Order: sequence, then structure tokens, then C-alpha cells
Amino acid sequence: MVIYPLLWVVMSALKTDSEVIREPLSLLPESLQWDNFARAWSAGIDSFFLNTLLVLVFSVTLTMLLGSMAAYALARYEFRGNRLIYWMFLSGLTLPIYLAAVPLFKGVYNMNVVFPLLGPNKHLTLILVYVAWSLSFTVFFMHSFFRTLPDSIAEAAMVDGASHTRTFFSVMLPMAKPGLISIGIFNVLGQWNQWYLPTLLMQSVSGEPKHQVIAQGLIELSVNQGYKSDWSGLFAGVTMAMLPVLIVYIVFQRQVQSGLTAGVSK
Amino acid sequence: MRHGVARFVTGFLALPVALYLFYVVWPFVQAAGYSLTDWGGYSNSQRFVGLDNYVRLLSDELIRKAFWHNVFFLVTVPLFTIALALFLAFLLNVGGREDRAGIRGVFGSALYKVIFFFPQVLSLVVIAVMWQQIYRTDSQGLINGLLIKIGLVDADNPIAFTADPEPFLGIPAVLWWLLLIAVWSGAGFYMVLFSAAMQSIPKDIYEAAILDGAGRFDTFFRVTLPLLRDTISVAWVYLGFIALDMYALVFVMTPSQGGPNHASEIFASVIQFNAFQKGQFGYACAIAVALAIFTILLAAVQLRITRRERIEF
Repeated sequence: MVIYPLLWVVMSALKTDSEVIREPLSLLPESLQWDNFARAWSAGIDSFFLNTLLVLVFSVTLTMLLGSMAAYALARYEFRGNRLIYWMFLSGLTLPIYLAAVPLFKGVYNMNVVFPLLGPNKHLTLILVYVAWSLSFTVFFMHSFFRTLPDSIAEAAMVDGASHTRTFFSVMLPMAKPGLISIGIFNVLGQWNQWYLPTLLMQSVSGEPKHQVIAQGLIELSVNQGYKSDWSGLFAGVTMAMLPVLIVYIVFQRQVQSGLTAGVSK
Repeated sequence: MRHGVARFVTGFLALPVALYLFYVVWPFVQAAGYSLTDWGGYSNSQRFVGLDNYVRLLSDELIRKAFWHNVFFLVTVPLFTIALALFLAFLLNVGGREDRAGIRGVFGSALYKVIFFFPQVLSLVVIAVMWQQIYRTDSQGLINGLLIKIGLVDADNPIAFTADPEPFLGIPAVLWWLLLIAVWSGAGFYMVLFSAAMQSIPKDIYEAAILDGAGRFDTFFRVTLPLLRDTISVAWVYLGFIALDMYALVFVMTPSQGGPNHASEIFASVIQFNAFQKGQFGYACAIAVALAIFTILLAAVQLRITRRERIEF
């Protein structure tokens, strides 16, 4: 019941177009059509795929780094404004993104005048926006993780003469590795699946090289091409969009489940 | 020493806080401000109109529709997802044979848990594009094809799915079809969540119940369900947020993103429609603020209802 639709998509990706139309229900293709993938890949999925990968590498790294730094400072140091900043990060978890959509779009659009690299349709913008929007959950998650680490270790490192910064990078951060892996995978999955933010900030501009991400690419293939499109190519595209997350999920299954459920049961 | 701490904390927080303020907090604040103006978005003229946008919102037919559609999802998404997830979790954990080792799940439950979780890691867009094919309105769609083959549906008159404005039980059919996708994609995750909770229930409670002659039905309703109440209420709150965020499905699956004939309009699609198609940014922001207030109220109400005494075991 759950797996059949998924399997159906993957199998249809391996059929010829006429087979998809003639025998839509059969699961097994007559012969495997691997060139559907090649065709979909060169029809635009290649750049969508690589764009997503490029943005993801930088945005996830930056999210993890900035998120753990903020969480660490908030979790282990008492200072004025600590609670305020923590709640500010937390509030992002509940407010609907649609509320921010219009000003965010206008803000990014206006930035174009001063810093072209931070304007719309630029990967750097998308990276920074992803990071900002992923900080809420990352700070929340790492904050509770750093709280579970004993104080004595950080103190011992300080007594040995390590600076605050060094204590964080060479002692505390390595100790937080299990938490980092969970939240890292969570961010990879979440950012690979992003769709609303790129739709807002990455308009398709004709004549310019494609800079859009995979979710937009799929919509382009399915919605915009209407009912005359290349069926098996579309199925191949959908398959390629879900394979990376399924592989990440299968490999890191336990961390994903514990990470997600930790977030829910708090 | 104190000086060092201050410098360290500032250094660690400066960048994340700046980024967050700029891309998340500031847009929220601005939205609240714009909602009080008649800004069109494409011009620079902004006139302060006070609460006019909010007054207009109250009598907007489209908003009223969107509101009730949101309420529909808010009730049905958690209800059906939780019911299905509970049923599956129960099957996987205690539905199997009873033997001397106690109660166990059906055969292969570990594998099922991995597979059922799949949709959770896929994006709503992938899911939507996939279901677009399943819901195709000709014989090549998965469901129509199947039903035509076994003769339940006439090949000349297939099910229209998301293009169907006809009401079913008083609700546009398109909403039911979207609901099915939401439940399909969410049930696996909550099944895993409930499984974890069920596994933390001590086995002796079940054994005692069975000794007392309780059947499977009784065990579920008298033992499992009450002990899972905490987890279920958390799931309810989370699914509430998901129910408000059906936009990707509406965007990909429905004709003209909210159709047919506005039958699947939700808050998010109305915001998008007013802002980017009608060029009424100020009004769109007012709708968004209304949505935010609605969300916060809802979260408060849900937390209030679900916060009860915990059962210790």
C-alpha cells in the first residue's frame, strides 16, 4: 500500500513511452530502458541536480557550523539576553513561512541593487536563506544536546589552558558528534526537499542558464509541460529526485528516526 | 576572564543571529507592517490604511472558503493519519502471534518500519508529482487504469480526482483526494513514533491483561491507547501544523493552484494569489498575519487541551 506507488514510479521510469501508455499497470517493464535516465538527465535534470548539490554542500555545512556555535554559546554561558535570543530562534518553528514570503521576496529583490550576489536567482542567496531558516531547528536540537554533555569536561579543558573557542572546536564539538550527525542528515533531507523558498527566490528567467533546484525542475517537467510530455522521462526524473534521499535515509536510518522523534517528543 | 567570555559569546552568536534576524525575523516584522498599508508590491506608493485590510478580509468570500478548507484539513489530517498509524503500529508491535515469549509484532516488522517511513523523507513536491501520475484522469493513471480494468469505472468517464469540484459529503471531492495523499505520506512516520512508544510499555501490563482474559480489541482500547495518550497528543499538534501547510500539494496537483473553481483554495494559496497574481502585497500580508494568529491560537488551544496529568509507568 505504501510501497506500491513508489515502486510503480521507479518501474515506469524503466519502460518505453509506448509501454507506459499501453500497459500502465504492469510493474515489470518488457526491457529495461536505462536511456530514459540519460534523456531526462540531459533534458535539464543534470543542472537541477548539480545546483541542488552545490547549494546543499554549502548550506548544510554552514547551518551545522553556525547552528552549533549559537547553540553552544546559548547552552553553556549565562548572559543577559540569553533567553531572548533562544526564544527568538525557537519562534521560527511555529510561524508560517507564508507570512514572511512577501517581504523576503522584496528584500532579496532590493538587495540586488547593492549586492548583486545576494539578489534573486543567485545560489548564494539561496544558501544564506536556507541556513537562516534551518537555524531554528538546528539551534533547538543542538542546544538540548550540549546541555546533556557534562560541564566538567569543558572546565578541564579550560584549566589545561585552552581558550573558549579552542575548547569548543577541539573538545566539545567532537563530543557532540552523534547529535551533529542526526541533525546534519535532517538538514540534508530537509534542504534537498526544499521547494517553497526556491520557488520564491529562483524565478525561471528565459535565456539565462538554469539555476533552479531539483524540486522546481520536477514541477517544470510535470506541471509546465502539461499533458504532452515525455512520460517515462518524467518518471525517470522523479526517481532521480528521490533516490539520493532514499539512499541517505537507508544508510542513516537509525539517526533519522531518532533525530526526528527526538524533535517531536520534546 | 569575564571579558573573554563576553567576547567569545558575541563572536559565536554574531553571525547566526545576524543571518536569522535578516532573513527570518525582519521579514516577519515587515509583513506585520505592510499589512497596514495598501502597498501593491510593484510600485513604491504605500499608504497607511490602518485596519482596512483586516476588515476587508472578514468579508472576502475566497478567504472564507480557504478558512473552511484549512479547518477541514485540520480536523481530518490528524484524525485519519493517527488512526491509520495507530492501527499499523499495533499490528507491527502486538498484532502477531502470542507465544510463550509474550506478545510480538507480525513477521518482518523491522523491514516494514523502514519502508513505511519512506514517504516521510520524500519532499511533498516529489510526492505530489508522483501522485499526479497516480491520479491521472485517463486509463494511464494508476487508480483509473486499475478500476477500468476490473470494470468499476467506465473508460469514457474516469474519475476526475483533483479536477473534480463536485462535493462528496458536503466537501469538494478534490479535498478528499488531497487528504488521501497527506495521510499516505504521514502515516509511516507516526507509525514509527507510536511503535517506539508502544515498545516502552512494559510487557507485564499486557501479560496481566491477557491473563485477565482481555482479547486483542480490549487490549488495544483499554491498555495501549490510554498509555499512548501523551505521544498521540504531541502527534496531534504536529499534524495540525502539517495540515495548515498543504500548499505544495495544492500547487502541484490542482488546476490553477487552488482550483477547480477555487474548490481547493487554502490560506497559503490565497496569499500567493493576492500577492503575486493580483499584486496586492498589503492585503496578502494581512491574510498572512491572520494565518499566523490563527496558527498561534491553535497551538495554544491544542497545548491547553492536551496538557493533562502524565501516566507513570
